[in-house]
Amino acid sequence: MSQSLPDANASPPRHPPRLVLRRILEAIGVQNVSLLIALALLVAFIGGQNSNFFYSSNIATIGTTVAIVGILSVVQTVVMLLGGLDISVSSQAGLTSVVSAMVFMATQSAFAGIVAALVVGLGTGLLNGVIIIYGRVNAVIATLATLAAYRGLANLISNGRAQGYTGVDHVFIFLARGTIVGIPVLIWILVVVALLAQLVLHYTDFGRNIYAVGGNATAARLAGIPLNRYILAVYMLCGFVSALAGVLLTARTGSGQPTSGSQGLELQSITAAALGGCSMQGGKGTIVGTIFAVVLLGVLQNGLIILNVNSFWQDIAQGALLVIAVVIQQRRAGGRGIGLPM
Amino acid sequence: MAPAALVMEGVSKHFAGVQALSNVGLTARAGEVLALMGENGAGKSTLLKILSGAYAPEAGRIQIDGKPVTIASPADAHRLGVRVVAQEPEIIPYVSVAENVYAGALPRRGRLIDRAALRAKVAADIERSGFSGMIDPDQLGNSLSPAQRQLVEILRALSGTVRVIAFDEPTSSLSDHEAETLFALIRRLTATGIAVIYVSHRMKEILHIATRVLVLRDGQVVGERLAEETDEKELVRMMVGRDLSALFQRSARSPGRTILSVENVSSADVRDISFEVRAGEVVVLAGLVGAGRTELARAVIGDVPLTAGKIRVDGRALQLRSPRDAVRAGLCLAPEERKAQALLMKRSVRENISLAVLQRLSFWHVVNRREERQLAERYLRELHIRTPSIEQEVAMLSGGNQQKTVLARWLARDSKLLILDEPTRGVDVAAKAEIYAIIDRLAARGVAVLVVSSELPEVLGLADRIVVMKGGRVSGTIERADATEEKILSLAILDKAA
Repeated sequence: MSQSLPDANASPPRHPPRLVLRRILEAIGVQNVSLLIALALLVAFIGGQNSNFFYSSNIATIGTTVAIVGILSVVQTVVMLLGGLDISVSSQAGLTSVVSAMVFMATQSAFAGIVAALVVGLGTGLLNGVIIIYGRVNAVIATLATLAAYRGLANLISNGRAQGYTGVDHVFIFLARGTIVGIPVLIWILVVVALLAQLVLHYTDFGRNIYAVGGNATAARLAGIPLNRYILAVYMLCGFVSALAGVLLTARTGSGQPTSGSQGLELQSITAAALGGCSMQGGKGTIVGTIFAVVLLGVLQNGLIILNVNSFWQDIAQGALLVIAVVIQQRRAGGRGIGLPM
Repeated sequence: MAPAALVMEGVSKHFAGVQALSNVGLTARAGEVLALMGENGAGKSTLLKILSGAYAPEAGRIQIDGKPVTIASPADAHRLGVRVVAQEPEIIPYVSVAENVYAGALPRRGRLIDRAALRAKVAADIERSGFSGMIDPDQLGNSLSPAQRQLVEILRALSGTVRVIAFDEPTSSLSDHEAETLFALIRRLTATGIAVIYVSHRMKEILHIATRVLVLRDGQVVGERLAEETDEKELVRMMVGRDLSALFQRSARSPGRTILSVENVSSADVRDISFEVRAGEVVVLAGLVGAGRTELARAVIGDVPLTAGKIRVDGRALQLRSPRDAVRAGLCLAPEERKAQALLMKRSVRENISLAVLQRLSFWHVVNRREERQLAERYLRELHIRTPSIEQEVAMLSGGNQQKTVLARWLARDSKLLILDEPTRGVDVAAKAEIYAIIDRLAARGVAVLVVSSELPEVLGLADRIVVMKGGRVSGTIERADATEEKILSLAILDKAA
């Protein structure tokens, strides 16, 4: 490293360039750097096979397709940081999608439809939290059960069919196809949700306590953090954001969808969070990592379509990625040979 | 004299700055019962773990029947005929006693388990050991009483050829009748030429069953006596007498008003406990491991429900339903298991220190980072927490500095009463002295401190008053001026106060 002649007046630089680079790397995180490298390789490969990939219309398509799974991944990250898991995000989205469309049809008010969906989302999230806390049910089992139950409820009230037609309402049209300064509203919503989550996690005592509860629940309890309130609040938040996803689903498809469009979002959101560095045990992970992972998954999905790969391969790729993400995490955690694996 | 079945010579082992065993030698003779005594931390458990192959010693030789051997794993120990009966055995819950006993070596017929043969085998074992009527081969592991779990562990140990068998406090979970059965079994074992090593705190038992008694203190052998030539008084004298007084400093303390008053408190594990802690005073809960001290501490902070009695803080009777209530009332607990119960191992020193005061550091729930850093920096200086920076991951710190980080968390909260459960466990000597100095400063500043400690020199060095517990009850209270190691130990282990 070459050093310019020292200026007599200036104090020595606080961080030589290499240190600055290291600080930037540390700020992004090692896991995120590897995600970015993987993303770059993927983009180079797909773009090399088919240059249509780089069209701005295609980029916007990727952006709007990842928006719904993106906001769910962000909230899934928050749940996982707390040491939980919410498998029912997809059926909560489906249920609230139906609710938003049915209430809209009954009232002809998009506002009423959206509010009703969000309230239902808070309710389903609350129920998840109550089952987990007061029933002392493992979060995976509890939300696996409600995944089925909420989906059943959605099919029940909609008779298993798409409900209503929202394609004429300007609010829903704006949500689905509007733009603000040339960028689709869907992407704005993802950006706002991610930013809010990041700010709360990073700068408030709520966020710090979420990390603490997930990192060591006993320590958090002894420090006077009300665990139950945090668990309830986070699952309600998850229900609320799932409802937002449900509303966006209604807007995009023009009708309330009990299952189509939402099925599989639970797997995708968990995959994104895990790939983004979220620990399955809680207490570790970042919103930035999750967003990188969401983009990576979106590009992969888009690439497979552009390259005309059989769509069933997408599911296989998705499942493989979740396993790979967790394997990488376990390797890095250096799990020692006690307990199950032989 | 009977031939030596097991000889250990010059055995040493240390953990992170603590010398657990240094140059220990013992000889267990065929057909004899060798009792091992020593207060908590004297090195008995470490010695047994070396014997069972769980730990590798750093130095030393082991001979069995005159032949030098290496015990590198539990499998080695088993093959050599060495058995250690654990105090808290691992029992597989939803599996029968028979399968628990022969786990890993089930009799087979072809590829299937031969259930009839297994049952017959275990029934015969039970009969032969004299446990008839005390345990049923078909009973499931989860339904066993502590005594029955102990019996399963003993049955396991008796399988195969046995040369040496060590019991680690076997009677702590047994009734008198069950203990008698165990003694009968031990006599039968010795009659067949097996060497028995017997670890216990119960003087009467030891003088009753043992041939010789070996006393350990601070990882060293203090002496060996023939059981018939010694008595309780002499053994207690041999167990005590460590000199750590240089580690302690005492500021002038002037105890003020009563902060904590525990009145006839009972919970699932403790019975009818009463004591007080005043401002500017250090009270130590002494006693053996398992005497109910940690359970009492948890009851005080509302972590386990009281079944009777009252807890007053500053004169007001409080209904504490959770540690959160206790923290708000100014009662804080630094638990025994630092890593598992107190620290966010993957987070920074700063985040660990500020954990309990985040709300105070926040304005509209936004944490004031600058104030938080200043707080952490202040305690880094005040408690001499040695770390490259406040952003260092706590997992990278030494045990002593981790403990100081936990203390800093509670100091930041301005607690009225600080409960420290084994505050110097796994901490090197230098850090111990620093932690003692912090406790002394806290008391001088008017904080009420309740320490749970199993180390007698620590108890004497810290305490203004000592509450000794035994079997979930208070067996006596000693003022500082009257306290000696003998008195504490007598109250902690003897059936009647000496």
